[in-house]
Amino acid sequence: MDQSQTTLPRRFKVVGQRKRRPDGIDKVTGRARFGADMTMPGMLWGLVLRSPHAHARIRSIDSSKAEALPGVKAVVTGADFNGERNDVSINCMAGDKALYDGHAVAAVAATSRQAARQALKLIEVDYEVLPHVTDVDAAMKPGAPVIREDLITAGVEPVPTKPSNVAARHEIGKGDVEKGFAEADLIVEQSFRTEATHQGYIEPHACVASVSPDGSAELWVCTQGHFMVRNVCAALLGLDSAQLRVTASEIGGGFGGKTTVFVEPVALALSRKANRPVKIQMTRSEVFRATGPTASSSIDCKIGLTKDGRITAAQAELRYQGGAFKGAGADFGAMAIFTPYDIENVKAVAWDVVTNRPKLAAYRAPGAPMAAFAAESTLDEAARRLGMDPLELRLKNAAREGTKAAYGPTFPRIGLASCLEAIGNSAHYRTPLGPNQGRGLACGFWFNFGGETCTTINVNKDGTVGLSVGTPDIGGSRASMCAMAAEELGIPYEKVRTVIADTASLGYNDVTDGSRVTFSSGLCTIQAARQAIQRLCQRAALMWGIDAEAVVWEDGHAKPAGPNAGKFEPLSLAEIAAASANTGGPIAGHHEVNAEGAGVSFGVHLCDLEVDRETGSVRVVRYTAAQDAGKAVNPDYVEGQMQGGSAQGIGWALNEGYVYGDDGRLQNAGFLDYRIPVASDLPMIDALIVEEPNPGHPYGVRGVGETSIVPPLAAVGNALRDALGVRLTETPMAPPRVLAALAAAAE
Amino acid sequence: MTVTVTTTINGDAEEFVCEADETLLDVLRDHLGLTGSKEGCATGDCGACSVMLDGRLVCSCLVLAAEAEGRQVETIEGMARGRELHPLQQKFLDAAALQCGICTPGFLVAAKALLERNPDPSETEVRYWLAGNLCRCTGYDKIVRAVLETAADMKSADMKSAGMKSAGMRSA
Repeated sequence: MDQSQTTLPRRFKVVGQRKRRPDGIDKVTGRARFGADMTMPGMLWGLVLRSPHAHARIRSIDSSKAEALPGVKAVVTGADFNGERNDVSINCMAGDKALYDGHAVAAVAATSRQAARQALKLIEVDYEVLPHVTDVDAAMKPGAPVIREDLITAGVEPVPTKPSNVAARHEIGKGDVEKGFAEADLIVEQSFRTEATHQGYIEPHACVASVSPDGSAELWVCTQGHFMVRNVCAALLGLDSAQLRVTASEIGGGFGGKTTVFVEPVALALSRKANRPVKIQMTRSEVFRATGPTASSSIDCKIGLTKDGRITAAQAELRYQGGAFKGAGADFGAMAIFTPYDIENVKAVAWDVVTNRPKLAAYRAPGAPMAAFAAESTLDEAARRLGMDPLELRLKNAAREGTKAAYGPTFPRIGLASCLEAIGNSAHYRTPLGPNQGRGLACGFWFNFGGETCTTINVNKDGTVGLSVGTPDIGGSRASMCAMAAEELGIPYEKVRTVIADTASLGYNDVTDGSRVTFSSGLCTIQAARQAIQRLCQRAALMWGIDAEAVVWEDGHAKPAGPNAGKFEPLSLAEIAAASANTGGPIAGHHEVNAEGAGVSFGVHLCDLEVDRETGSVRVVRYTAAQDAGKAVNPDYVEGQMQGGSAQGIGWALNEGYVYGDDGRLQNAGFLDYRIPVASDLPMIDALIVEEPNPGHPYGVRGVGETSIVPPLAAVGNALRDALGVRLTETPMAPPRVLAALAAAAE
Repeated sequence: MTVTVTTTINGDAEEFVCEADETLLDVLRDHLGLTGSKEGCATGDCGACSVMLDGRLVCSCLVLAAEAEGRQVETIEGMARGRELHPLQQKFLDAAALQCGICTPGFLVAAKALLERNPDPSETEVRYWLAGNLCRCTGYDKIVRAVLETAADMKSADMKSAGMKSAGMRSA
């Protein structure tokens, strides 16, 4: 099927308006039900026992004392995971080794939380503590403790004969970098490190599982993808997908961190054993210790330019660790690192490394922010040395329509240059800096994703419409779906109700990730509405006794066209729906697709900050983000994505980072010591929405969820360089590092 | 050890039995079905469980349920008057001051406490008052604007009703 879309300029009636979100009322009154808000009759409380060691062999687990405790109904260990024992399974419940501080080793279900807590203390685990490694560069060195005995590096020739901590090598490139560097008048070469950060969603993972003796099961869970949860849990526990019905609760933030499973299969395994519903709700400490942080990274970056600012070559080596399992996402970093620019000669080599840390989960544009930190900081340095305005340098090299990216595609219409111009035209860009203030600019790129999607529209007899989508609403997407359905059908926004259908009620949908929902579920909604319209026209034709081809749909009404034009009064959607029993029964529209054409995304951020040279404290005083949304379906929530991603990126740049002790234990597993930005840390964040329509979507929509976290690390770093006169190359750029950099510069 | 507690929640008399070490948050959520207060950390760092205890803003995860004996507890569930939303709730809805919504009840309870104490706060005062409430979605921009706009709306509504009263007095 031809998936290309025609994007004609059109006057939207609903799309583009700041409509009130349909789920909002429940969220401002406390009625909305999130993961931990569900209870079931006879429900037990589940708790997980976690390894206190970074790396240890599990010699034995004795749970007899815990099982004998009154109120305890089940204890499970790795032995109860009787399906596929893949990485996800082993991450949810350890096998013969604990691979990081916080790794689950057993779990209990009891009639009260108190009994479950007491039972955890009675489980005896005999550990043989093994040497550990938590740093990416240390893990790659010869002689480092090898943490996965079966891991052979992929992507290198000859194939290694011995296991190591290097999971894979990837290479992206085009042209000839040696030739490109030879043509350069200036070569800037720098190395950077970023510490792992956590997604920091305020809602800890929570679920309620209920498995019946006949094997049928229900799961209520906060997740970015309940179909993924169903498929993965069924595979890990040897259940039939059809027997496991998963319902997505409201979700209290995810940012990629809820695109996999942690406690869900554990709760199912406990429920299966206890024959009772089981609720598991993580503590904040468990969230930090055992759920997906992002990768930490170490990157070398080299950029060559002519003296008039044309980039001749760009090269990078990226080393990412993503915890004790392969898949650190360095390949995404390599694909993204130089993509904002039209460069003839590019080479990026990526190394995926394992360490004794929790398994990485996606975090908003996974792999890209740290890559952009390296590339955009290096480019900033180049602009300084060339005496060029950093915005002008970027405009000169910006990728545009027709640019071939090093990772493969040739871009159709894209919005980077427009974003740069929007920043250049902003009042912020012309605001003079105060004492001890600095200004930094950075660009960011994210791929965006489409993926497997299906939606159903049901036309109700009273003229309202029910829309079922399969992608959990993480930031207002039900509002966007209502808007697109209303736009296409020509009915008021308030007449559409969108629900997130459970896994028994709709076909498979990929998770809410890759900035894909407004694009993919939106595209699917529009196509489902078009099918419903076709059927509404057929029904109208039947009512009039004319050919269906002679009916058109305009402004929410079927109208006779062609030779019949004007012969009959137009019929509204409500009138056709009310008569549907006489014209063939219920009216619905459905669409299913593996969506392509998501449309890449670019953003440009401008940061002003002020440094206290006594304390090293840094305060962001002005911040502006420009981003291409293609078409902003609901500008309020597009701005929200841009502002939220900016704040997360600022936190990553200045405050946030995992701190491991020499013992391999995480030392800051709480919001007091892992400090995310609070309201008093930030200024207002100006969001400039740029709209370069995406040719792959009927309304021109591009995903907007992720790109906003890509530029801030470098925007902040470049502003710090401007304020301090010295460059920081490692995140978090916290006060001790600022003071150390100032001291070093003074020497 | 269990404790029997008699208290008032959102104006209604309540009696419950709890363990001596249970928090007010756990009792609200698990015994009384008031799940609008959220657990984000259970250590008083995130503010998602914010409630009023005798008119004072507290993290209900840091209060023992037994401490509610004889006192007045106000939660997010008591903020609207029947179908009529509090102006802050309405403004959060209208101004898109929420994304995922998990922190929203705590922000609303805390913001209401601020406006009761300081009806005309500056942006800085709003930001520092709300610094105990974590939001990971919004970057705080629309939340802070919503609180400032609500304060302005309530002030002009007060001035209007005061003006009407004084006008009424004159005509009488």
